[in-house]
Amino acid sequence: MTEPILEAKNLTKTFGRGHVQVRAVDSASLSLAGGKLTLLMGPSGSGKTTLLSILGCMLTPSKGTLRVCGVSAEKAGREKLAEIRRTHIGFIFQSYHLFPTLTAAENIQLALDIRGENGREAEARSRKLLEKVGLARRAGAFPRELSGGEQQRVAIARAIVANPSVILADEPTAALDANNGRAVMSILSGLAKEHDSAVLVVSHDSRAVPFADRIIYIEDGTLMDEDPAERTRPARKNRQKN
Amino acid sequence: MPLSLKLASRNLFHDRLRFIATLVGIVFSVVLVMVQMGLYAGFGRMVTLMIDHATADLWIVSRGTNSMEDISQFDKNARDKVLAIDGVAEAIPLVIGFSDWHLPAGGERTAVFIVGSNPKDRGLQPWNIVEGTLDDLSSPNAVAVDRSYYERLGVTGIGSSAEINRQKVRVAAITDGIRSFTTMPYVFTEIDRARSYLDLPPTKISQLLVQIKPGADINRIRQDIQSNVTGVEVLTSNEFRDRSRSFWLFQTGAGAALWAGALLGVIVGTAILAQTLYSNTKEHLPEFAALRAIGCSNRYIFRVIRYQALLNAVLGFCIAAVIGAGVVHFTAKSALPIVITPVQVLVLFVLILLMCTVSAIVAIARVTRIDPVMVLTR
Repeated sequence: MTEPILEAKNLTKTFGRGHVQVRAVDSASLSLAGGKLTLLMGPSGSGKTTLLSILGCMLTPSKGTLRVCGVSAEKAGREKLAEIRRTHIGFIFQSYHLFPTLTAAENIQLALDIRGENGREAEARSRKLLEKVGLARRAGAFPRELSGGEQQRVAIARAIVANPSVILADEPTAALDANNGRAVMSILSGLAKEHDSAVLVVSHDSRAVPFADRIIYIEDGTLMDEDPAERTRPARKNRQKN
Repeated sequence: MPLSLKLASRNLFHDRLRFIATLVGIVFSVVLVMVQMGLYAGFGRMVTLMIDHATADLWIVSRGTNSMEDISQFDKNARDKVLAIDGVAEAIPLVIGFSDWHLPAGGERTAVFIVGSNPKDRGLQPWNIVEGTLDDLSSPNAVAVDRSYYERLGVTGIGSSAEINRQKVRVAAITDGIRSFTTMPYVFTEIDRARSYLDLPPTKISQLLVQIKPGADINRIRQDIQSNVTGVEVLTSNEFRDRSRSFWLFQTGAGAALWAGALLGVIVGTAILAQTLYSNTKEHLPEFAALRAIGCSNRYIFRVIRYQALLNAVLGFCIAAVIGAGVVHFTAKSALPIVITPVQVLVLFVLILLMCTVSAIVAIARVTRIDPVMVLTR
């Protein structure tokens, strides 16, 4: 059996104290393996974002353990957590969060620059990735000059430029139309296969379902796994069409 | 160009209106500090103008003398005692004091500062003579005045006449650029005539300018003068300069006012910079949070903020330097010229860098508190 890239055991996160205490994540255990796209779904307020924050080493759990590529996030300080994110995790956000003052290519280069990789090689890599996400001709465009779908594709390129083992995407299709949503999900699914990355997508969007190798539901902070084989056949057919 | 510098510059120039407002604030602050420093330096230079142009190794002045303009006197026989000391080449007497210049034809009175010395001595004579000669001061009633005071003194040039202490004076030489920080025009004349203008007895002098022989021990001569002549102090030119500066700049409060103005400039500039950097950082907080979320170290973000501060500083300084050069040029012939030396420019640059560093602290403190989770909740 393959070693999981990301392994979380009994993660619990509580906010507040006493009678106003809220348990946002309750004893969540989860393993993400390379080459698979996992979809995390659940209603608003179910704990999706909190769980994603913990799995992305942005938030420390109240209880439980987390290992990313064999590195324990337990008792890690802010800078150590940043280092784990920088080394192993790629993020894609719902609102893209690109620097408006940098071009598409520069936004991707920035992800390399913060890792100390710069110069011509970094430039070439960012352009190659733009080509991969179908934006080779938009390298010099600023985010305001790009459509939502294009911005999200730049954000995907930024997330994968450093070849992370884990890719975490927060509602990547929420702000996109059907075509762009499908295109983004297709890229993410392809990334899992091509790079053997563990991809976790948090989404409300049922359009994402056909691209998932595994779906996990979360409700009131508790995880419930679903076997993809039990999913409806039409959804699979849709994916094949795409 | 490093990407962090590019990001810093684009963040700055992105909002042009804010950037221009920031630059105006910085330039205003730097020019204010520059002018105050320049006034301080100019004033400091003017108060020692006479000392700088005198030829003296040692100055003998009445005990407790604060500055060149201190009009206390001592007996002129001190000169003989000084000349008797081994190693003394010359002791040149000087008479100074305040008097009134009566404008011709029963005009108004103007206070003037009389400087009297023997025209043959190389002690303290008018310099930059543009009309007439030093020898012309030997002629009866002759005085030298600066051409910048023509209107004030009611004269038009060589040959113009007036009265000092009810005695007729005739302008025999004209100087250029000998301006007084007290606003009272300097009037150079022969020493005995100066005494009569000042109602001083012939036995009194104001200062003695001592020139020593080559190779003589200045410290030993100084001690010998001090023990042979009572009621006086013996100062080197540098000591007399420092004492004059200290008196006019600090004891009168003039220097403190200039420093207070400069301090105000520093505070205003720092506040403007801090406010701009903070609001600029705050505006880009989601992007900085996204950077933190993708694993960027705090150190990288601090570097971006420091670059922003540095760019503000360098651009603000360059514009202020051009304005400063103009101010120096236009005040060069004024009553109180603004003097800016290369050292001052360097100090000012270091100061503005310091201002920018301090002002970046507020923005950096804000960024340090960024919670990367905010990118998932927005």
